[in-house]
Amino acid sequence: MDLSTDYMGLKLKHPIIASSSPLSETLEGIKLLEDSGASAIVMFSLFEEKIRRENEAFDYFIETGTESFAESINYFPSIDKAPKGPDSYLNLIRKAVQATDIPIIGSLNGITDKGWIDYAKQIQEAGASAIELNVFFLPTDIDMLSSTVEQRYFDILKAVKAAVAIPVAIKLSPFFSATGNMAKRLDEAGADALVLFNRFYQPDIDLDNLKIDPRAELSTISEIRLPLLWIAVLYGHIKASLAASRGVHSSTEIIKYLLAGADVVMVASVLMKNGPHYLNVLKNETDQWLTARGYHSLAEVRGILSRQNIWDPGVLYERVNYIKVLESFEKPSGWYGKQSKV
Amino acid sequence: MTENQVVTVDGNEAVAYVAYRINEVCAIYPITPSSTMAEWADQWATEGKTNIWGNIPLIAEMQSEGGAAGAVHGALQTGALTTTFTASQGLLLMIPNMYKIAGELTSTVFHVAARSLAAQGLSIFGDHSDVMAVRDTGFALLGSSSVQEAHDMALIAQAATLEARVPFIHFFDGFRTSHEVNKINLLSDAQIKAMISGSLVRAHRGRGLNPDNPFIRGTAQNPDVYFQARETVNTFYNDTPAIVQKAMDRFADLTGRRYRLFEYTGAADAGKVIVIMGSAAETVKETVTYLVARGEKIGVLHVRLYLPFARDPFLTALPVTVQAVAVLDRTKSPGASGEPLYHDVITTLSEAFGAGTLPKLPKIIGGRYGLSSKEFTPGMVKAIFDELSKPQAKNHFTIGINDDVTHLSLDYDAGFTIESDKVISALFFGLGADGTVGANKNTIKIIGELPDLYAQGYFVYDSKKSGSQTISHLRFGPEPIRAPYLVQTAQFIGCHQFNFLFKTDMLAQAAPGAVFLLNTPYNAEEVWDYLPRHVQEKIIDKQLSFYVIDASRVALDTGMGDRVNTILQTCFFALSGVLPRERAIAKIKETIKKTYSKKGDEVVIKNFAAVDQTLMHLYQVKIPARANSTLEMPLVVPADAPLFVQQVTAKMMAGTGDQLSVSQLPLDGTYPSGTTAWEKRNVSQFVPEWEPDLCIQCGNCSFVCPHSVIRAKFYNQNLLQAAPPGFKSAGISARGFPETRYTLQIYLEDCTGCNLCVSVCPAISLKESGVKAINMKSKAPLMVQEKANIQFFETLPVNDRSRVDFSSIRGAQFLQPLFEFSGACAGCGETPYVKLVSQLFGDRSIIANATGCSSIYGGNLPTTPWTKNHEGRGPAWSNSLFEDNAEFGFGFRLTADKHRALATQLTRELQQELGPFIVDEILNAPQQTESQIRKQRERVAELKVRLLQLQTEPAFDLLSVVDHLVRRSIWIIGGDGWAYDIDSGGLDHILASGRDVNVLVLDTEVYSNTGGQMSKSTPLGAVAKFASGGKSVAKKDIALQAISYGNVYVARVAMGANPQQTLLAMREAEAYQGPSLILAYSHCIAHGINMQNGLQQQHLATASGYWPLIRYNPMLRQSEKNPFVLDSPRPRIAFKDYAYNELRYKMLERTNPAEAERMMKMAQQIVEQKWGIYEQMATSSGSQFHPDANLSD
Repeated sequence: MDLSTDYMGLKLKHPIIASSSPLSETLEGIKLLEDSGASAIVMFSLFEEKIRRENEAFDYFIETGTESFAESINYFPSIDKAPKGPDSYLNLIRKAVQATDIPIIGSLNGITDKGWIDYAKQIQEAGASAIELNVFFLPTDIDMLSSTVEQRYFDILKAVKAAVAIPVAIKLSPFFSATGNMAKRLDEAGADALVLFNRFYQPDIDLDNLKIDPRAELSTISEIRLPLLWIAVLYGHIKASLAASRGVHSSTEIIKYLLAGADVVMVASVLMKNGPHYLNVLKNETDQWLTARGYHSLAEVRGILSRQNIWDPGVLYERVNYIKVLESFEKPSGWYGKQSKV
Repeated sequence: MTENQVVTVDGNEAVAYVAYRINEVCAIYPITPSSTMAEWADQWATEGKTNIWGNIPLIAEMQSEGGAAGAVHGALQTGALTTTFTASQGLLLMIPNMYKIAGELTSTVFHVAARSLAAQGLSIFGDHSDVMAVRDTGFALLGSSSVQEAHDMALIAQAATLEARVPFIHFFDGFRTSHEVNKINLLSDAQIKAMISGSLVRAHRGRGLNPDNPFIRGTAQNPDVYFQARETVNTFYNDTPAIVQKAMDRFADLTGRRYRLFEYTGAADAGKVIVIMGSAAETVKETVTYLVARGEKIGVLHVRLYLPFARDPFLTALPVTVQAVAVLDRTKSPGASGEPLYHDVITTLSEAFGAGTLPKLPKIIGGRYGLSSKEFTPGMVKAIFDELSKPQAKNHFTIGINDDVTHLSLDYDAGFTIESDKVISALFFGLGADGTVGANKNTIKIIGELPDLYAQGYFVYDSKKSGSQTISHLRFGPEPIRAPYLVQTAQFIGCHQFNFLFKTDMLAQAAPGAVFLLNTPYNAEEVWDYLPRHVQEKIIDKQLSFYVIDASRVALDTGMGDRVNTILQTCFFALSGVLPRERAIAKIKETIKKTYSKKGDEVVIKNFAAVDQTLMHLYQVKIPARANSTLEMPLVVPADAPLFVQQVTAKMMAGTGDQLSVSQLPLDGTYPSGTTAWEKRNVSQFVPEWEPDLCIQCGNCSFVCPHSVIRAKFYNQNLLQAAPPGFKSAGISARGFPETRYTLQIYLEDCTGCNLCVSVCPAISLKESGVKAINMKSKAPLMVQEKANIQFFETLPVNDRSRVDFSSIRGAQFLQPLFEFSGACAGCGETPYVKLVSQLFGDRSIIANATGCSSIYGGNLPTTPWTKNHEGRGPAWSNSLFEDNAEFGFGFRLTADKHRALATQLTRELQQELGPFIVDEILNAPQQTESQIRKQRERVAELKVRLLQLQTEPAFDLLSVVDHLVRRSIWIIGGDGWAYDIDSGGLDHILASGRDVNVLVLDTEVYSNTGGQMSKSTPLGAVAKFASGGKSVAKKDIALQAISYGNVYVARVAMGANPQQTLLAMREAEAYQGPSLILAYSHCIAHGINMQNGLQQQHLATASGYWPLIRYNPMLRQSEKNPFVLDSPRPRIAFKDYAYNELRYKMLERTNPAEAERMMKMAQQIVEQKWGIYEQMATSSGSQFHPDANLSD
């Protein structure tokens, strides 16, 4: 079975990529992912804001309590070091590139133009095969126009594309008024790949302590629906590669994504849950499914259930489908307060 | 002569710069005010900076100055060029080695920031007591008087010692010179090299011990030769002065700066001369120059090389016309016929007179000045010259104080000044936390860098570690500034905190027409009405130009947060006229760019905006013709304070302690307890507020409060009838007491706003998010009500200790703290433990406190926190030294044991007279529980009554020791620098003694008080001063060391991890009648944490297994049980998840990430290994531990 795929010009042995998780935070973890069969690895994100805050905290704690008391004018040796940059992140990329034979994709979340450009360049210099732009941005300012939010994506993409030669993927939010058009325009603006979608900060409420609970949870299977829809819609209409992200817990989701048109599928939660070796299981199961149905290569199946490749796309991917979904909804027992008899 | 780089540095850096370049080895130990010299050396070594021979000196921190001297001696005897830096007690600890080093004619220079010695009290400030105490060691004493001179003499001393073979002390005045920032010409490496002879260096090496050319040095000598051998060195001492002068002359050729052993300044035909050394020589010189220009026939002889005292050069330097000489010493020799320099001068002159080389013996008087950095001003200099004119000039005088007992002091005119019109003097009153000092240091650097201007800065800090006030004294001018005394009148006064106007009469020092800048929330139109009357009057009388800025508002608006330093610095530049305004602003911006550009453009832009906005929000206030304010400075202490507090303490509190006379001060260093209660410092604008309805009365907030400001009482509800409206209470949460109320009272004026109480409160509102049973609130609206509440709360009876459950946190809150309102840092991790000792055992305890943070917040005047209860009982506290505290406290135990035995014996002897019943009862009474102790107190009181009735000698004898019949609790308290390093041997010894002492180690894992130097408690991988590359050795486990004795009670506690275990350990330790050791995790500002997370860090330290909670109780061993109890669960988080919340660990990650990673792995391994050992011990049987001989039958 030929599972090979092309992801924004990167030739991958198969479509299953290990995406950002604690596993890719150490060289040991990265090697383990390769040994477990990952075709590429997307690193955890380099957060410009985090670096900035760490530097601010560093300065604050160095200065706290100083020049207040004659015997202890300060409490730490003064260090003549530039503020912390992305060194440890870049070092990890460098080491990962040396230690593995698979593409290492850097991931970047900036807050300033300078941050996006400088860090992207440095990620390229460190040897990354590509960059994924993690435009994690939650427009909680209700005065902010949707056009402003959208423009931000274009500005960042253009700036980074102008600064680096390696392929650039952009990870999207699912929350655009016209997600398809947004994807198309990003494609036109030069994105080499679109990653669908980013998981956003969605806090919970802690009832015991009357507090906001910011803890993230591992993805669930139901989360594949939204990326699945948009991959199917976009397949065949844009030049950029399509990467599916979110909700993969077995080979079933991987196969669905591929059928909808994904070039690659990213996995993280499932590896956290079952261990990195599970990647190989996913690959084998995908292989088996395709083999069992008589396919010879991934190319044969990719996108066969995309919007453009089914006889009546309107039925399956648009409003009628929505109605079908509603009709398929089964009422749980006890609905409207009635107890079902046993 | 080469062109030198010009820098603005303080004296310590100036000296260290040279010492580092001309040595191969530095053995160091921190002590104020010399510590920063060693810190620089360590830092430069870590940064890879080299000495003039291109190699990096070896820097070794030792366990004490005694250790440092030993290491220096060893390194010297094996041929390395070696130095050390020290002061005060540190120098005293070096004395034995100094005799050896000198006796062996060894070339070295010790650089000393001269400081007072601890006598009736400790002082960190400057005088010559320490260097004068080592006069007989054989070291030469070379003194510097300014930052430039200290820089230069460091080199001259080294050049001279290599040739002379006599070792040198190079000293300069602690703080006054060591901490003064001034503009100096930096010596180039070429100049330094030209001063250090390669052949002399090689000769020094050649004298080192060498197995290829063996000899012995350090023999024991008999009466036959010791004396003669001691005399062999004479010629070296005879030759030294000429060698020093030769080095000075060579130095002059290289640099253009010429020095003499004795330097005369003044009229060639002077009749009156002052002889003096150190920084004060500059003051005398400047005053002499001023007065000579006005026709006075006076002069000053500045002594640079004090020892060996060079008689001929001295006599040559003195004008032949001299009629009267005043010799000034900055030390005191009690009982002597005079101080050291006076003796040397009088000997020299009288010998010369006797030999006929001096035709007439002038009148010679000696005097003392400037002890402990007491100011020495031109007015005092003038008074001394005036005294010399009197026919009966006072000998052995003092100057600068009012001695109304022995009447030795001279009067002087405090208003006499000599400052040139060209000098602009400025005073800034700020808070430690507001960045005032940092900004001023920056200002000095900016101005000092300009070729046409000179700058000087000196900074005065108060003695509290929280909410401390700083006063910056700055001078700027076109000539080098030689004024080593505080600014007397200022052309610019900056008040950076509005409320200071009500505490300090800062405008008293304003020159007529001066600029007064006030940082205030009030605008130019309204501010006048908020000023106290005395401020209004001085503004009008002195015709001040008055400006206001709301710096906090500008900071907020420009994104600077709470950092007002750039803003207030800009105001100074805009208003002071030191530089033309445009040039000044350009310079500030240039500096901002230089300082902040590596932090990112936004930071630079933010600061630029702050500068621009400052100029737009700086307003001049129109001065009304008359003062109309009714606001007055409040009384420093209330009128009902004890007389001593009103007359003495209050003056110190108000910053006018200089005015106190000799008769007003205690004779022997004895001061009343509990004076912090009179000092309402109001350092925090935010204080906790109690919610009675939510509170579960657990006592946690009170338990952790570092400043004892949260007090709890229970009482009968009837007492509430007299309560002010708004007084808060709740029914006590205990069954069966329906009439009992509970109140948690916050002493809000004493609160530092640290937030620990809120962070530890477990009771949360089920209705409002984030609301707990105790919450931080703005203080101002609460003040009136809460002050009334406190007043009433204090009338409620103190809870009867015998009715309080000592075994629970809930119960402990009702025990009155006898340690309150200390000057410790906000959120201090040490003081809650100290307070707990005072609550549990304070009314019968004696405390020996090692020097360090706990002795400073515990015993630094003006006010002290150890207090007494309503019966007048409380901890009796004393601090001896840093290096002897274990032994000092052990001495307390010896007295207690001896006098208890004596009291027992005398009681038995008086059995007939006293009645057998009471005697038996009193001598056999159990004294473990509070009620038993109370009972015993009653018996002793009864015994005293009977003894007084007897009126016999034996009865009076017994009365003098009878208090010992109530069991005393001896506590020995100190930090890790004390326990792990300097008194490690002493501590080990007293733990091995078997006697009943309780040792509390407040373990911050670093020398906190002197600014964060590494101790042997500092953990692996943490960065500290002297371990700037990360500590490479793991923390010493003194718990295991102590356990190895078998009869020591040992506990490791962390209040934030398990307060109940802390309480239990304290009680067990005290109850155990042998030695006890408690190691208490104390989070600290030197860890680089947000102090409000301190308890959380304690919790994480334990959760990671780094700080396992243990108790080793020999009593359990006696009953065949396992004496070792592991009180914390197995590690459940990684060490780094605890460590990387702290800057001390994070710092290495920044400077050397690979090393940080390596260290972190190793640290994790150590945690796991140690846990394994502990777990094994905890699961062993009792028989596997040593038996306790004191307990076994």
